[in-house]
Amino acid sequence: MTDPREGAAQPILKLRGVSKQFGAVQALKDIELDVHAGEVVALVGDNGAGKSTLVKVLAGVHQPTDGAIEFMGQPVTLDSPGKALELGIATVFQDLALCENLDVVANLFLGHELGPWALDEVQMEVRAWTLLQELAARIPSVREPVASLSGGQRQTVAIARSLLLDPKVIMLDEPTAALGVAQTAEVLNLIERVRDRGHGVILISHNMEDVRAVADRIVVLRLGQNNGVFTAETSNAELVAAITGATENAVSRRRARKLEEVEQ
Amino acid sequence: MSDTGNKAALDRSDSRVRHDEGIGGAIRAFIDRVRSGDLGMLPVAVGLVLIATVFWSLNPIFLAPNNLVNLLFDAAAVGCISLGIVCVLMLGEIDLSVGSMSGVASALIGVIWVKLGFPLPVAILAALSMGALMGMVYALLLTRFGMPSFVSTLAGLLALLGMQLYLLGSTGSINLPYASPLVKFGQIMMMPAWLSYLLAILPGAAMVWFGLDRMRRRAAANLSNPGLSVLLAKAIILTVALLAVVWYLSQGRGIPYMFGLFVALVVIMNYALTRTKWGRAMFAVGGNREAARRSGINVNRIRVSAFMVCSTLAALGGVLAASRLASSSQQAGTGDVNLNAIAAAVIGGTSLFGGRGSAWSALLGILVIQAISNGLTLLNLSSSLRYMITGAVLAIAVIVDSLARQSRASHGRA
Ligand SMILES: Nc1ncnc2c1ncn2[C@@H]1O[C@H](COP(=O)(O)OP(=O)(O)OP(=O)(O)O)[C@@H](O)[C@H]1O
Ligand SMILES: [Mg+2]
Repeated sequence: MTDPREGAAQPILKLRGVSKQFGAVQALKDIELDVHAGEVVALVGDNGAGKSTLVKVLAGVHQPTDGAIEFMGQPVTLDSPGKALELGIATVFQDLALCENLDVVANLFLGHELGPWALDEVQMEVRAWTLLQELAARIPSVREPVASLSGGQRQTVAIARSLLLDPKVIMLDEPTAALGVAQTAEVLNLIERVRDRGHGVILISHNMEDVRAVADRIVVLRLGQNNGVFTAETSNAELVAAITGATENAVSRRRARKLEEVEQ
Repeated sequence: MSDTGNKAALDRSDSRVRHDEGIGGAIRAFIDRVRSGDLGMLPVAVGLVLIATVFWSLNPIFLAPNNLVNLLFDAAAVGCISLGIVCVLMLGEIDLSVGSMSGVASALIGVIWVKLGFPLPVAILAALSMGALMGMVYALLLTRFGMPSFVSTLAGLLALLGMQLYLLGSTGSINLPYASPLVKFGQIMMMPAWLSYLLAILPGAAMVWFGLDRMRRRAAANLSNPGLSVLLAKAIILTVALLAVVWYLSQGRGIPYMFGLFVALVVIMNYALTRTKWGRAMFAVGGNREAARRSGINVNRIRVSAFMVCSTLAALGGVLAASRLASSSQQAGTGDVNLNAIAAAVIGGTSLFGGRGSAWSALLGILVIQAISNGLTLLNLSSSLRYMITGAVLAIAVIVDSLARQSRASHGRA
């Protein structure tokens, strides 16, 4: 495969010195991040490292306290979720952000319905089934309220929704956390398809296997700060060290203990 | 058309779902829905039948055509107010000042039209604008200062009541000219028989027309259809019921134009809530405000629209009340108007918790409230008893709402 970044010198998304303060908590500090066209960037880090906060800043949900964001070379202020969607930044949130009282079709098209003055339900339903089949979704009916779906089905709905507007950058915050084996494989396939179409992908996951399978670069966050950029070839020990901030950590201690047990 | 023989419809690929087809299937699906706590209009329909039976057995005049015609006349004004309440309840908000708002609107009609001599349309326009303005104020207090609507509208209740008293001045009441079209509209104007029957047939015909169109488009898109028999059965039942009602009321004075206006508003609101982008956004904001915001919906604009629609409809209700009573008085909009309007929406099945409701709940709810009030008046019972009974009915409605909500939660239906 050729380098996906070749020819796309300018990143789609460029963050410089982005910080976010929640009262006394400094959730993000001086974050630098580039996402190029046709590239999958994995964002990894421990619980509370600030991954979701960064995604929410880019989705227009939170306003950064400091820093600059450039989209397609232009400086932008993402002051509302609508603005981010308009630019072509779509997000699958960790908490999914679905309306439980609405059915699957209504959730998929929320805010972007076909036919504002006379909803085109038939067209929307067809589009919904097509999107869901692309994700190998096992959803019995798109006319049931989302409240009646399982956790994984909801996650599939949220992913399908992010694809609806054909975004330039798609951010997935732990998209496979609740998914079955087949659905996880489909989501990884989908991420590759989106990349091959020349879009940028930001993937957050705690599953290193999934991350290695699709990521072109692995960006590590630790305590709200950048802690190195790696590739899929990086060894597991090195990654874990970057994530936890020490070569001597819970993961390495556990491995050492297991090794000892085997040797005995 | 679609080759359903060998290729399953797009939405019928999952074998775990029972597919309810035909009339039997429709009935089975309905029973399932009710069991899981999705009661819809069922409690209020049952309640209405119950109330009618009780009052009729106590005094047969209750069901006399002309008594029912009076009931419809009385229902229109508060029903209009209740329709607005449906909008704010949908967002999980409340407007406690609708009664006073209608009182101010009624006073404005008296002052601008009768006292100052401006043309009637100007007075009506002024009253409605006043309503829209007030709704905007509540919405801005909520969106800018985070003031709960419960508090801002309670303050508004007092302020508007003061304004009503100020407008009417020392005289306290202004009589509207009896021969004027406004008063005739509220007291004697009836639809001609041909129009009533035509309007009774229209919904069923529209149902079949749009239903067939929908079936054709679904079939073309390879989606399943519930079947023609269900559609026809629904349309026939509806048409027969409406024709029977119209025929019965025609034995008396007929159907008031004023009630027709109210029903027309309900139909328009129903369309707006279920078939437009705005309505979708209303449900979304009521169901999960943060999710709606993240979908790119301008939540504040939706809130402003809901409060403005509510107050404007309250003002219209005030105009209708003035036309019904042929006067603008200090009593207009006071007493139980406020609570009746809110109770009607809740009794009709619109949830106090937001995200669930229907324009039809205003119509059914106000019929229940008006039936109770009318029945008790016929029995010569004082308003003290009326208040207590209406209060009990409201309490029952809220209990049913809460229980249904719990049941829906345990059946995974939000
Ligand atoms: N709305 C908020 N208000 C206050 N503090 C917040 C808020 N959102 C996040 N934080 C804080 O910011 C920090 C980063 O949280 P974030 O949700 O970004 O972590 P994360 O990396 O996504 O973790 P996880 O892997 O558990 O999802 C945490 O310390 C959290 O307490
Ligand atoms: Mg997170």
